[in-house]
Amino acid sequence: MSDWIDIAPLEAIQPRGARLIKTAHGCVAVFRTAEDEVYALDNACPHKQGPLAEGIVHGKAVTCPLHNWVISLETGMVQGADEGQVSTYPARVEDGRILLDVAFIRSRSAA
Amino acid sequence: MSKKLIVIGAGMASGRALEHLFDEGADYDVTLFNAEPRGNYNRIMLSPVLSGEKTYAEIVTHDADWYAANGVTCRFGEKITAIDRAAKTVTADNGDVLAYDKLMFGTGSNPFIIPLPGHDLDGVIAYRDLEDTELMMSMGADNKVVVIGGGLLGLEAAAGMAARGADVTVVHIMGHLMERQLDEAAGYLLRKALVDKGITVKCSANSKEILGENGKVRALLLDDGTELPCDLLVMAVGIRPNIALGQEAGLAVGRGIHVDDQMITSDPDIVAVGECVEHDGAVFGLVAPLYDQAKVVAQTLMGNEAQFVQKEISTKLKVTGCDLFSAGDFADGDGREDIVFRDPARGVYRRLVIENNVVIGAVMYGDTADSNWFFGLIKDKTDIAEMRDTLIFGPAYQGGTPMDPLAAVAALPRDAEICGCNGICKGQIEDAIAAGHTDLGAIKATTKASASCGTCTGLVEQVLAVTLGDDFVMPAAQSVCGCTDMTHEDLRRMIKSQKLTSMQAVFQECGWKTSCGCHVCRPALNFYLLADWPIEYQDDPQSRFINERKHANIQKDGTFSVVPRMWGGITTPDELRAIADAADKYMVPTVKVTGGQRIDLLGVKGEDLPAIWKDLNDAGMVSGYAYSKGLRTVKTCVGTDHCRFGTQDSTGLGIKLEKTLHGSWTPHKLKLGVSGCPRNCAEATCKDIGIVCVDSGYQVSIGGAAGMDVKETELLIQVPTEDETILVIKAVTQLYRENAKYLDRIYKWLAKVGMDWVKDQIEDLDNRQALVDRFELSQSVYRHDPWARHVDEQAETYQPLANLSMEAAE
Repeated sequence: MSDWIDIAPLEAIQPRGARLIKTAHGCVAVFRTAEDEVYALDNACPHKQGPLAEGIVHGKAVTCPLHNWVISLETGMVQGADEGQVSTYPARVEDGRILLDVAFIRSRSAA
Repeated sequence: MSKKLIVIGAGMASGRALEHLFDEGADYDVTLFNAEPRGNYNRIMLSPVLSGEKTYAEIVTHDADWYAANGVTCRFGEKITAIDRAAKTVTADNGDVLAYDKLMFGTGSNPFIIPLPGHDLDGVIAYRDLEDTELMMSMGADNKVVVIGGGLLGLEAAAGMAARGADVTVVHIMGHLMERQLDEAAGYLLRKALVDKGITVKCSANSKEILGENGKVRALLLDDGTELPCDLLVMAVGIRPNIALGQEAGLAVGRGIHVDDQMITSDPDIVAVGECVEHDGAVFGLVAPLYDQAKVVAQTLMGNEAQFVQKEISTKLKVTGCDLFSAGDFADGDGREDIVFRDPARGVYRRLVIENNVVIGAVMYGDTADSNWFFGLIKDKTDIAEMRDTLIFGPAYQGGTPMDPLAAVAALPRDAEICGCNGICKGQIEDAIAAGHTDLGAIKATTKASASCGTCTGLVEQVLAVTLGDDFVMPAAQSVCGCTDMTHEDLRRMIKSQKLTSMQAVFQECGWKTSCGCHVCRPALNFYLLADWPIEYQDDPQSRFINERKHANIQKDGTFSVVPRMWGGITTPDELRAIADAADKYMVPTVKVTGGQRIDLLGVKGEDLPAIWKDLNDAGMVSGYAYSKGLRTVKTCVGTDHCRFGTQDSTGLGIKLEKTLHGSWTPHKLKLGVSGCPRNCAEATCKDIGIVCVDSGYQVSIGGAAGMDVKETELLIQVPTEDETILVIKAVTQLYRENAKYLDRIYKWLAKVGMDWVKDQIEDLDNRQALVDRFELSQSVYRHDPWARHVDEQAETYQPLANLSMEAAE
């Protein structure tokens, strides 16, 4: 069973922006798209651990600020000619609040 | 038994005719005579040979192997002296008599030499063949050359000689250059471009006499008494069909050898092709109709039906840096209207002449990318009533939403000419693609399309793209990014002309393929919009790279570097103490002095940024914009304050400039330097904008770089006062903001628009003031300290959204 926890109001993140969530096992980036969907990914590009939360969000993807790798927010897969994947975690918006699945925290601590 | 075909003249038309003949599998035994001691080459490419852009070897169209493979007997350097039509034989100048079944005239034309007194002096030549070209090439640097004739050929000769370092004067009898192809306004722009290349142009000038000394040319005398000294005089005033041999053989001739629609002369066994013919009252000097004739004559020799039809022709000038296109008829006349588009800022001029809702003439200067489309309208006599309002903007602006440029190419018929130099039409390229030649190099190699002057390369690529679809990857730099097919230039034009003031409007009107752009187009769009509409447009931080969004430089480990502004490189002990305190407090691992004389605090954590900024703000410092595509620093030397050589207060000027310009967003980073004397201790001459103070004032130069490319600045202007210096710099900064492509430094932009154009813009005082006013308007919005704003308004966004580390530990 999913156990969703309330993180913050949706407005806390700019459209096409991102904010970080600190966990015991490193930072997770929560992204908000122009369509007000939210996605949660590890804040590290598979290339050189670039902070994805600082990248430019476009469509359902983010471009890493260090070397322009483009990563799908839906799958965490690196797009185009590059290869790699970023861990993704369940996230959703309900009544204007950002919710994350606590199971993701456990999965991170188990990892 | 093969039939015997004798060809007289190895020019472009006869060469092409032979190609078609062999392509058709003709069973002819061909003997090719040529008075020039060589085979077929592309004569219209002599201009690039003259200017040094190509070698002779590159313009040969048929080499010895080709002749051998097709069994052509070559008799180069030999003339035909007589033709006996009754016996069907020709006589060569060595006395050989050869029989023919069919004879082809391809004798071309002779340059017209004005019979001025002195025209037979040594050093007076026409510009016609390789010998002329080689003589001209040998007369390059430090020689004085006069070219009589301001038409296509004369100007190409002049530009080529100028490129070889000669001192060139063009003398033209008419009031403006290329008067047969251009109207006065375009002629003026062309003249200006040539003058900028260092060529002297004299229009409305009548030549009277060629003066000599010891049998060699010395000067040209005009009838107003002007003497133009020269070591070489090139006459490029026109050509005359070479009909002497035909006339002697008793063929019907007028201005040229008469031919019918099948290219047959008055003798059914003799055909003629190229510049030597007269068809329906017309003679021909441009290549496109010659190639059409070559196709027809080959079919005729094969015994097939074919018909030569005269078509509209267009002209392009092959002078590097002069983008010029002309087609059709643009004379004034009753019932004719014209639409003129003039953008002096970009040096672009377009004029369309319309009669009964049909375009009958077009002149384009500066931007000829759409010339094929306009030419198509002329050829097809398209009714333009529906698109009249936007016609002048070209194919991208038709039908409400901009048309995909590929759709325009897709709509071209198979016989639309793509490559004018080689007469290649769309169908031939499509056939080559179908045969497996799927990139530009292969198309060049197999069809010769775009293998000559190269102006059609973009079109060839578009044909590839249309034909291959997704299999063809358009070379980069064509469009801004994958979200659009438009180039940066198109986009800037759309934003200005359609008054697009928001990113959504651009996405909508320009047919963006993605919902909200990408990391490539959005920063560019954001800049263009704020540069063009500083009041209407709301800056979009989410379309900025992280450095600009967070006002600090991101480092490889995700930390940031912070650079406080030190106006003109001046600081104080108090400021230094505040910086040292901040470095201690936020555990800055590295403190470094930058190349621009500022102090860089490297390794600051993202969440500490608002706090360190606040501390620095409290000590009186503001953001140094070290992260921006905008004004970075103004580097200075000490000038008159302390230096015994300093001629002006360079530090003071640097401070004033930095206070004036800071906060201004530009297409790329902008760095200035002010040196107090020509010893140039501030290294001002490798900055984007450099000022060198001299006794008499201030030398402002632009376009330096010391990055991926190292460039020295070029002098823009020298002005006497500090105030005027600041005005000039504001104006040139605004000019750069309004015109350059995003991520082009000034030197790259300068290479595109030319220093002379920038000078003209700045020297025109009204224009200078207008630029300054627009700069100040923009600065009224953007000149502020982003650190203070973020500390006040959004410091919390720099902190984590939530801290779940405790829950994780449960």
